[in-house]
Amino acid sequence: MKGYKKYFGKKILWFLITLVFAVILNFVLPRLMPSDPVSAITGKLAAGMSDAAAVREIYEHYQEEFGTNKPMIVQFGIFVKNMLRGNFGKSFSQYPREVSDILATSVGWTVALQLPAIVVGWLIGNILGAMAAYLRKGFDKVLLPVSIFFGNIPAFAMAVILLVVFGVELKIAPLAGGYAADMIPNLSWPFIKSVISHYQLPFWSIVLISIGGQAIGMRSMSIYELNADYVKYSRFLGIKDSKIVGYVFRNAMLPQITGLALSLGTMMGGALVAEKIFSYPGLGSTMYKAVLASDYPLISACTLIITIMVLLANFILDIVYGFIDPRVKAAQLD
Amino acid sequence: MKHTLRNIFHSSKFVVGFAIFMFLLVMIIVYPLINPGSPLEQIGVGTFARPGTYVSLYDAVKTTPETLRIQDADEKRMANALTTEDKVAMLEWFSAVGVDVSGLEMDDSEGFLELWFANYDESAKPKGFTMAKRNYYKRLNRTVLDLQTGEALVVADPDNETGELVKIGEIKKTDYVNVGQVTNVKTLPLGTDNFGRDVLKELVGATKTSLGVGLVAGIVATALGLTMGLLSGYIGGIVDDLIMFVTNLFTVIPGFILLILISYSISPDLRGPTTVAAVIGFTSWPWTARSVRSQVISLRNRDHVNLSKLSGHSLLRIVVTDILPYIASYVVMAFILQVSSGILSEAQLSLLGLGPKTTVTPTLGLMMNWAMSYSAHINGTWWAYLPVILTITLISFSLNLMNTGLDQVFNPTLRD
Repeated sequence: MKGYKKYFGKKILWFLITLVFAVILNFVLPRLMPSDPVSAITGKLAAGMSDAAAVREIYEHYQEEFGTNKPMIVQFGIFVKNMLRGNFGKSFSQYPREVSDILATSVGWTVALQLPAIVVGWLIGNILGAMAAYLRKGFDKVLLPVSIFFGNIPAFAMAVILLVVFGVELKIAPLAGGYAADMIPNLSWPFIKSVISHYQLPFWSIVLISIGGQAIGMRSMSIYELNADYVKYSRFLGIKDSKIVGYVFRNAMLPQITGLALSLGTMMGGALVAEKIFSYPGLGSTMYKAVLASDYPLISACTLIITIMVLLANFILDIVYGFIDPRVKAAQLD
Repeated sequence: MKHTLRNIFHSSKFVVGFAIFMFLLVMIIVYPLINPGSPLEQIGVGTFARPGTYVSLYDAVKTTPETLRIQDADEKRMANALTTEDKVAMLEWFSAVGVDVSGLEMDDSEGFLELWFANYDESAKPKGFTMAKRNYYKRLNRTVLDLQTGEALVVADPDNETGELVKIGEIKKTDYVNVGQVTNVKTLPLGTDNFGRDVLKELVGATKTSLGVGLVAGIVATALGLTMGLLSGYIGGIVDDLIMFVTNLFTVIPGFILLILISYSISPDLRGPTTVAAVIGFTSWPWTARSVRSQVISLRNRDHVNLSKLSGHSLLRIVVTDILPYIASYVVMAFILQVSSGILSEAQLSLLGLGPKTTVTPTLGLMMNWAMSYSAHINGTWWAYLPVILTITLISFSLNLMNTGLDQVFNPTLRD
């Protein structure tokens, strides 16, 4: 248990360090932007006003409100303090809505869409990859090129193809949104039905693209393991094939968990763009709108939330991995 | 070297990938020679013209016609002129006079006309049809008959002085002109996009720019990754710790998010394709560095490296002659993957509205973004987005296929 304590302690420390850097990057990068968002808001509000003093007044009011007139370091202090309270300031483009208010809804949609989709895609991909490695011959000959092809269709392209085939041509799926446009989110049966029908296409588009990459990875891992010495030795001992296969796939599966952790960021990125294609009410669509409107509190909060989600997922995978594979914990302690 | 090359070209996967990639390369070199001009030139005024060959109507009228008597020309003409609305009206008539319309398909215009001529009677007064309605059917009948019996269209020109129309010629139904003789014919194999640009020309230009973006991103990422990996792996100590810290940091902080933040921070005027490519390269080097480092560490204590050290060779020489050749194959593969992911990253960035700002060259991502912004996928104008998707997929498919082929050559356990 002592080993675990040290391992988890190390993982938690690392999680905190990355978190701090993520926060710093998220604060600094958008603020390097040369254009002044406050003047953009003022411009919008003051359209048609001829009194320069009044415009000035509005400008200063918003500068005060957003804190853009203070030095960088003070702004950073305010940013961190507010962030810890879950306050990301007010949105520029949807003023006076709170950023945290906008995000609270979209984070839920994104998590509900991407988490199951990535897990299902990972599982199916691994099963297919393992089968290709074990069966070889015909199955492998077909599966490998198909997986490479599917793995190379960008997420947004898969989204467009599914949308056109099932939404526009076959008319069996809705074209956009997370639920029917004339509904107000509630817990009634028709609403849930509408959510499920809107869920299908984005879900399958993410599943389909994640299958390819995972299958290829699992295939090479399994082939590598199938050729390992312990497999040959077990065969000499006359251990049943099914038992050996069980060992092999367990060993091949473990690096795939790390693989999932590493590709999580890329997958999320692709899925965000797919969300935009489906106008799914998640973080991807929110971020697209924020970019169009130069709404930096919103962009910065979106990227921060996504980063934290990825960091957290990585952290959880690390912990789970430590329990499943004792070798990792041992290696980390060296 | 020769042996390795021969091995590589024996791998079917590599050859297929290489062939697809070469095809794309040849396209972007040859096509601009055939069809020169700016890829962003707006030739159409409307949006989304269908793919096909466009013949100048003006020139066609002025071209000397030949007379051809073609059997089913009239029928085809009539069928084409019959709108769905007309057909629905006809169906109503048929049911009123009790004609069996089973087996009549909506798109079978000739069948409609046949039944119409057989069953329409101007003097008939079906029950429930008002005077106005009967008149409507009279007009419909006249239109249909005109199509059959109408003689010719008159071409007239306004007189310069009086403004009166003067007949200068007529076009008979049997007049045909040879497409080859019409002065202005334009073939748009993929139609035009939302801005009225020739999609094929734009696509070729975009492929060229996107490959360039991928190449620059790949070079930046591989160069940075290689340098960092070599330094970290070979020198070790504090340099290694520092580089590994940064690398680990950037493997957990998603590169795409970083890319969004940086692209957003660069002012739009400075955000050309090269800048975007450099930024992509700059955010994707860490995993190359990681893998290079682990390879270098396993090489660092080999006998030939130690021998070089004892011989007093410089650091640079040891790295170049004793380490690089051993990881060269790996670096090439990493480079190929970086190019392909660079092209994808550009496309994704552009779809989020953060792509290169350009008025000279399109990129595949920008084309996709334009098509999506104008709902090409919902309007059914497939030519605006499908070729783009296909090109992106083909580029990344061919690069990855080459990579898998190389992998199988260099790692024999993975061979079939």
